[in-house]
Amino acid sequence: MKKFNVLDHEMVPEHVIISKKEVEALLTEYSITKEQLPKIKSVDPICKEIDAKSGDVVKIIRDSLTAGKSIAYRLVVD
Amino acid sequence: MTELKRIGRIKFGLLSPQEVRKMSATKIITADTYDSDGFPIEMGLMDPRLGVIDPGLRCRTCGGRPGECPGHFGHIELAAPVAHIGFAKLIRKILQATCRKCGRLLLGEEAKKKYQDDIKKLKKIKRSTDDVIKDMFKDSIKTGVCPHCGEEQKDIKFEKPTTYIEEGHKLMPSDIRDRLERIPDDDVELLGMDASNARPEWIILTVLPVPPVTARPSITLESGQRSEDDLTHKLVDIIRINQRFQENREAGAPQLIIEDLWELLQYHVTTFLDNEVSGVPPARHRSGRPLKTLSQRLKGKEGRFRGSLSGKRVNFSARTVISPDPNLDIDEVGVPVEIAKEMTITMNVTPLNIKECKEYVRRGPERHPGANYVKRLDGQRIKVTDRNCEELAEMLGPGWKVDRQLKDGDAVLFNRQPSLHRMSIMAHKVKVMPHKTFRLNPTVCPPYNADFDGDEMNLHVPQTEEARAEARILIAVEGNMLSPRFGGPIIGGIHDHITGLFLLTRGTTLFDENDALELLRKSHIKNLPKPAIYENDKPYWTGRQIFSLMLPKGLDLTYRAKACENCDVCKKSECEKDAYVVIKNGELLCGTIDEKAIGAFTGQVLDRIVKEFGPAEGKKFLDNATRLAIRVIMHFGFSFGIDDEDIPQEAQSQIYEIMMEAEKKVKRLIDAYEIGELDALPGRTIDETLEMKIMEELGKARDQAGNIASQHLGLDNSAVAMAISGARGSVLNLTQMSTCVGQQSVRGERITRGYDERTLPHFKKRDLGAAAKGFVKCSYKKGLSPTEFFFHAIGGREGLVDTAVRTSQSGYLQRRLINALQDLEVKYDGTVRDTRGLIVQFEYGEDGIDPSKSDYGKSVNVRRIVQNVTGQDLAEV
Repeated sequence: MKKFNVLDHEMVPEHVIISKKEVEALLTEYSITKEQLPKIKSVDPICKEIDAKSGDVVKIIRDSLTAGKSIAYRLVVD
Repeated sequence: MTELKRIGRIKFGLLSPQEVRKMSATKIITADTYDSDGFPIEMGLMDPRLGVIDPGLRCRTCGGRPGECPGHFGHIELAAPVAHIGFAKLIRKILQATCRKCGRLLLGEEAKKKYQDDIKKLKKIKRSTDDVIKDMFKDSIKTGVCPHCGEEQKDIKFEKPTTYIEEGHKLMPSDIRDRLERIPDDDVELLGMDASNARPEWIILTVLPVPPVTARPSITLESGQRSEDDLTHKLVDIIRINQRFQENREAGAPQLIIEDLWELLQYHVTTFLDNEVSGVPPARHRSGRPLKTLSQRLKGKEGRFRGSLSGKRVNFSARTVISPDPNLDIDEVGVPVEIAKEMTITMNVTPLNIKECKEYVRRGPERHPGANYVKRLDGQRIKVTDRNCEELAEMLGPGWKVDRQLKDGDAVLFNRQPSLHRMSIMAHKVKVMPHKTFRLNPTVCPPYNADFDGDEMNLHVPQTEEARAEARILIAVEGNMLSPRFGGPIIGGIHDHITGLFLLTRGTTLFDENDALELLRKSHIKNLPKPAIYENDKPYWTGRQIFSLMLPKGLDLTYRAKACENCDVCKKSECEKDAYVVIKNGELLCGTIDEKAIGAFTGQVLDRIVKEFGPAEGKKFLDNATRLAIRVIMHFGFSFGIDDEDIPQEAQSQIYEIMMEAEKKVKRLIDAYEIGELDALPGRTIDETLEMKIMEELGKARDQAGNIASQHLGLDNSAVAMAISGARGSVLNLTQMSTCVGQQSVRGERITRGYDERTLPHFKKRDLGAAAKGFVKCSYKKGLSPTEFFFHAIGGREGLVDTAVRTSQSGYLQRRLINALQDLEVKYDGTVRDTRGLIVQFEYGEDGIDPSKSDYGKSVNVRRIVQNVTGQDLAEV
């Protein structure tokens, strides 16, 4: 089977792993613990693609119908 | 208040005979309840150790008074074991899956190991083991010879409800119990049971728990006779048969009689647990009414779960039929005096309001804004009566509480089921009125989806200051004029309001001073603007001028009315349909007011006023505009009768021509089809092509006929006025009434079902013509022919079935959505979180916009802003 990059698909939004510092800032901004973030499985194709490991936080930049661009974060879990 | 306790764990299992005996307060041996003096008999069904229900007595087990004592179980030692009906099917499965001799599962060691591992794995990740256990049963039931002891297995037949037959030989419950006892604990786990909580043999009852008397209280009738609960009756039966069984066995009665009695005991225990088992005649009361036994108490809509635990009933509520009253404000509700007298609001007496409170008490419960109860400082509640009201009013002092009757201006919650969206419950202000119905302004019908064909609504009176504040600020009708569903008005003028303003603002009707003031009387507007024209020195005003008085100053708006036909080049203010509406600085310059201006869901003017001038101004506009509309429609007079559907003779003959032509065309199509000259459309078969072409032809014919009819029915026709203004009905309805009903369809196709190769015996087989397939060429006014009527009924039935199916399906969908989303909340930082604080959305709706404040779903109306700033309409630039 031919391999392809899921990120190339137009329906897949941009995923970025964010740094420890950014994670700290994010958690303080919303005054939450890491566990309160939405989750994404580490076996998710996109996680494999960007090499996100359990414990990382990914930033997802989506095109939004209502807001143009919208940003969400997910905690990578096993 | 008792301490708040959290449930840590719930364990389900079977009661072992030892457990039943251990929790039992007494053994029950006699079926009698009370002796001749009315005292409960010891070791009888009403033994005082089972708990107390009679006031004044104390429980012999725990010493509690009635209400404190929760009741205590007793037990009956059954003379012979019987099966528990709730597990009848499980018994069969277990019997089939285990060896009849050694009791072990009919599985080889290897298979057993595999299933054990699977179950262990699933339990570790806390998943359901149902599927594995189902497979296990399937596997072991197939086995014919026990892999452990080599015993050949016999076929077990199960006869409902509780008979198990092994090769013609009936298995008695005691035999079954013996077999179940032999199953080793190891294998029990594979059966999906937990050996420490639920040994399989406990399914066969040897001891029956007797529910405490608090669960089956007897009632003393007026005659002094005691009437026992259904459960007690059933227990009496069980004890009687149990005794007879024992006596007979001890006397050495023949096996046949013993078996009969055994069966009878099984029957009574079965119906005690569940009186609606199929195959078992329900146990009946002397009157013939089936007894309500354990299972019936829990099951169904009125059962313990749905009826008592999830379903709650409230005080301070009222329900009655609704009727319209256009003279009420939109946020008012007319409450019958009888209801207002019954419902109360508690006032705390303070030095500031003592005078007012005294007045209420002095009026007593009968003269309307009075008081029903007062509460003294010592907490004693005293009913206010005509006799003690003066006295109580004198005694009243700060710190007392007065239950004052509902009066004008109180905020109450008004609700109509089904409560599908938040506008199904809104806060209204009370207006106490005579007669027996709730009255409401017809403009609030759309959010409640109410009409007045017998609808009933509920009213709730908030009892705390916080609740009243919440009602006034958050739930008020005024604050809910814009729907969060689509960001437009959901409250608006209906029917006569739209027709009225349509009649007022169309054309150039002029009103003299008298008429103008008459129309404005209810709208609290006293000053007329400068008249439009003078005729014979008499001033005249246009309808648009009068309507403009309702609009707030500074309102600028341009839109296209409902009559707009989307011409290629818009003639703007020159539009002959008068469909180009221009409002400048609160002045209606051109165009006609219709559904798109003030209607619910579509009202542009209403929408703009609420969004730019606030809900208070919106409410004022709607109140005044609808009152004006009602007076206008009364001024002109508006009616509709059967002769409004009359069309002139020449039009009728034209329509006849069209119909004949259409039928001819259909015939030609069919002929072409039959000789094979019809070309199939791309992607269609020839049959489908024919159907499509015929449908198209007939549809065209009806539209043409409709056009001819509407040419002859001018705007003076009430039905046309209503259809064009959007008040009620459509041009299609009008066509159907006056000219031609048209093709009837089932699932979007012509009617084909019925007899063999034809719809009705009136037609030839394989007739594809218009009439034979459900085309109705008559109008409703003319009347339908018998075959047409039948086709019409078929088409009509489809509509009914559709609505029934749709409501049930969408109701279920709504329930599931609400269950999934009910605990989500938008927090102050704009995030959406669940109860654990877990973030669901980082910004509500991704843009953080409250949809009810949005512009029909868009966060900002750019065109509007540009227009406000530059004073130029973008569309015109």
